[in-house]
Amino acid sequence: MIKLEELKKSFLVSVWFMFLTFPIMVIRVNPIEKVVEWRWKNILIVGAGSFFFSFLWRYLLLRRETGRKKMEAGEIEKIPLSRRILTEPKMYIPALVCIAVFASVFPFVFSIYQINIMVTAIIYVVLGLGLNIVVGLAGLLDLGYVAFYAVGAYSYGLLNYHFNLGFWAVLPIGALLGVVFGILLGFPVLRLRGDYLAIVTLGFGEIIRLILENWNEFSFGPSGIANIPRPSFFGHQFSLHAATVYIYFLMIALTLLTIFVVNRLQNSRIGRAWIALREDEVACQAMGIDKTKTKLTAFALGATWAGMIGVIFAAKTTFINPASFTFLESAMILSIVVMGGMGSIIGVIIGALVLILLPEYLRAFSDYRMLLFGAILVIMMVFRPQGLISNVRRTYKFEGR
Amino acid sequence: MEPILEVESLSMDFGGLRALNRLDLKINEGEIVALIGPNGSGKTTFFNCITGIYNPTEGNVLISPPGKKRERINGLKPNQVTEKGMARTFQNIRLFPNMTVLENVMIGRHCRISSGVIGSILRSKATVGEEKKAVEDSYGVLEKFGLSGYVNDFAKNLPYGAQRRLEIARAMATEPFLILLDEPAAGMNPQETKDLVQLITRIRDIEGISILLIEHDMRLVMSLSDLIYVMDYGKKIAEGTPDEIRRNPVVIKAYLGEEAHAET
Amino acid sequence: MDYFLELFLGGLTRGSIYALIALGYTMVYGIIELINFAHGEIYMIGAFTALIVAGVLTFWGFNHIAILLLASIIAVIYSAAYGFTVEKVAYKPLRHAPRLSPLISAIGMSIFLQNYVLLAQTSDFLPFPSLIPDFKFLEPYSHLIRPPELVILLTTAVSMLLLTLLIRFTRIGKAMRATAQDRNMAMLVGINVDRIISITFIIGSALAAIGGILIASHIGMINFYIGFIAGIKAFTAAVLGGIGSIPGAVLGGLVLGWTESFATGYVSSDYEDVFAFALLVLILIFRPAGILGRSTIQKV
Repeated sequence: MIKLEELKKSFLVSVWFMFLTFPIMVIRVNPIEKVVEWRWKNILIVGAGSFFFSFLWRYLLLRRETGRKKMEAGEIEKIPLSRRILTEPKMYIPALVCIAVFASVFPFVFSIYQINIMVTAIIYVVLGLGLNIVVGLAGLLDLGYVAFYAVGAYSYGLLNYHFNLGFWAVLPIGALLGVVFGILLGFPVLRLRGDYLAIVTLGFGEIIRLILENWNEFSFGPSGIANIPRPSFFGHQFSLHAATVYIYFLMIALTLLTIFVVNRLQNSRIGRAWIALREDEVACQAMGIDKTKTKLTAFALGATWAGMIGVIFAAKTTFINPASFTFLESAMILSIVVMGGMGSIIGVIIGALVLILLPEYLRAFSDYRMLLFGAILVIMMVFRPQGLISNVRRTYKFEGR
Repeated sequence: MEPILEVESLSMDFGGLRALNRLDLKINEGEIVALIGPNGSGKTTFFNCITGIYNPTEGNVLISPPGKKRERINGLKPNQVTEKGMARTFQNIRLFPNMTVLENVMIGRHCRISSGVIGSILRSKATVGEEKKAVEDSYGVLEKFGLSGYVNDFAKNLPYGAQRRLEIARAMATEPFLILLDEPAAGMNPQETKDLVQLITRIRDIEGISILLIEHDMRLVMSLSDLIYVMDYGKKIAEGTPDEIRRNPVVIKAYLGEEAHAET
Repeated sequence: MDYFLELFLGGLTRGSIYALIALGYTMVYGIIELINFAHGEIYMIGAFTALIVAGVLTFWGFNHIAILLLASIIAVIYSAAYGFTVEKVAYKPLRHAPRLSPLISAIGMSIFLQNYVLLAQTSDFLPFPSLIPDFKFLEPYSHLIRPPELVILLTTAVSMLLLTLLIRFTRIGKAMRATAQDRNMAMLVGINVDRIISITFIIGSALAAIGGILIASHIGMINFYIGFIAGIKAFTAAVLGGIGSIPGAVLGGLVLGWTESFATGYVSSDYEDVFAFALLVLILIFRPAGILGRSTIQKV
């Protein structure tokens, strides 16, 4: 039974949002032809939508509050289903087998178009995992991540254009350049406080993009670089279809490698230091952890991954230009990490697949894609800052004592 | 024998404000030294200056770790100071709330182990061994401090007294020769305070670690300390044994103020 | 010399608009220590609202002055309303969250609002009507300063004067200063902190809308993305002057305006935005407290 009070609240919210969105949602002016278009239908949608959402919003806020109170009262959190699936071998082994089978037959069952979409999605999985090292584990909000991605992509494009270097030769160079740029940019900025760091990295990202756009002699400006060769296999060039399948498996392999590396790092001396740094910098330093060095490691490792994926991206699309490396791209990768769960490998993978594949397959969504990304950042921060699947800390057993 | 910590004429200015004024202090090996004074007299600032959080304006901080050469440490970063063997706790508990109790202590081991990125990824033999030892050492520290029951709990879920103890345990894990405790008994009930006194004595007697502590609980200070320094307005106004301090008129005045109303 | 004067005045105009938007950043940061990433979008929405209202009124045959006034007033009201709502939805629930949470939420809000305008209106650049009338007396100096620029300078000066008076001499201003100093203490002495935060957002957003209308009629084109660059530049201005400081925002805006104007005038116009970004990066690395700001002591 909904109380009258609640109805009144939601009604007021809906009136407020109808007022708020009125000029932009209803009126559209065409200043050239001097026509004014009135779209009254929209206001009804806004009214009904906000009426409904205000209920949901308040309900979720209420749940968040009661959850917090329970925690403070010392009640033990319920173990969510997702956590159970992840920790019980009986449940996760069959799931892993299913995923492995699906992933290996996928390119032979589906069309090249589908494979391409999947490769894009996996590229974001790996980018997400790379950014996850920086944002999720070390707690450094890097808004210019895409700059390192651009460094990788352009290093393949340019080295191939000028020196005819092949994909496999450039892949390590791309990763290395990622590290170099990561250290060069990271060194001066990593002593800044969290929010300033975010803005400075954003500034760096934009500077790199603007340089690529304007320095025609170096990067061919906005028109970019075309005809970048696809990867070869010991000198053998594939047909378009085979090359796509090849890149697909390459990406699967890279994903596995990334998961392996991140997982090992997470439970290592360095990974612990990152997490501690995220929790309390002052205490961390007082415990003998070199703040700058530890942050720089995370930053450079994240950049390595971006550089590597950049090379693959260039090889996959065979064409790059600065428009692929805007701030929105960084924001998208950030949404993936935030939605999946900062620090959680499984979370980031699921986040990337959902956020990239959903708009591709549900055409109705694709226009609203960026709107959705923005909304996700806000909603996740308000209601579920730990993400869909929160990171599980490793536990140790000492039964022998 | 040289004192393990010697502070000479230490001053700290914030803008035009002099927070510490030419302070001297000495700690000999195996001593428990207390730093007391009214609120705002500069005790925590002093801690921050000698642990590298602030860089003091003037003066020297010299250490002579047992078996090592004497050296000047002001200007070093906090992590370097810790590496040299001075560990500290904080007035307002600063644990890593979302890490487990064991991990908190393992962070303390960080500067005593050395595996890097490559070793961690490849999980080389050296890394695995080192990691295993770090886990066991940390567990050992927890056992010593009566915290082994909480190993896998999040630090934020511990009761208050246990959190205080964990902070000391974490500092102990860095293998210090001197440990600095900033108001360790703050907010504790009488029973917890009593346990704390035992704990501190044990650290000194069994582990052989010297202790410098800031504290407001006079009973604790008087019963524990070998030597007491009294600060007021950034200056040292007295030093001596507990008995001397108790009778020192300057100290009584600083504590009770001009109105001299009695404090129990 | 004339070229120099032209660049100087150009920089002054530009800079004063940056300053108007920077005030919103600085006030919000002063009170809740948040970089309100969506502030640029509030400014963009102000410009769009003005464009829409002006379009409708032109269609209905209103005269020039009435259109200018009504469009400005409605745009200011709407921007303030958006600013108020954004705070309530995206920042207020995060008052006690870790520091980066509201920043991420703000970035989300910024992307959301951009795409909201993109979807509801258009992705094209729209010509913004020239609302500002021609002044006869300015004609002899037209090579140096044109009417829109004069209006920009005057409006900015008046807005800033009013803001300074508000903060110095009114009860609300006093409460705002108290909240900026110490939010908990302000709450203890009976200041309704939530209300003060809302008012701060409303004032900041209204100033941004004024900036939006002015710059739109100066440049003559708007689209959904103008808020991003303008937002970053205004933020640069705020940091340059010392974030949290109101005279700092004005000073920072002017310094940035002149830097851009002279750099594009004497060096190269291709890299216009790079200068601003580079200035932002340099100031944050070498003097994060800004020109007028004091460096704060870390409390342990």
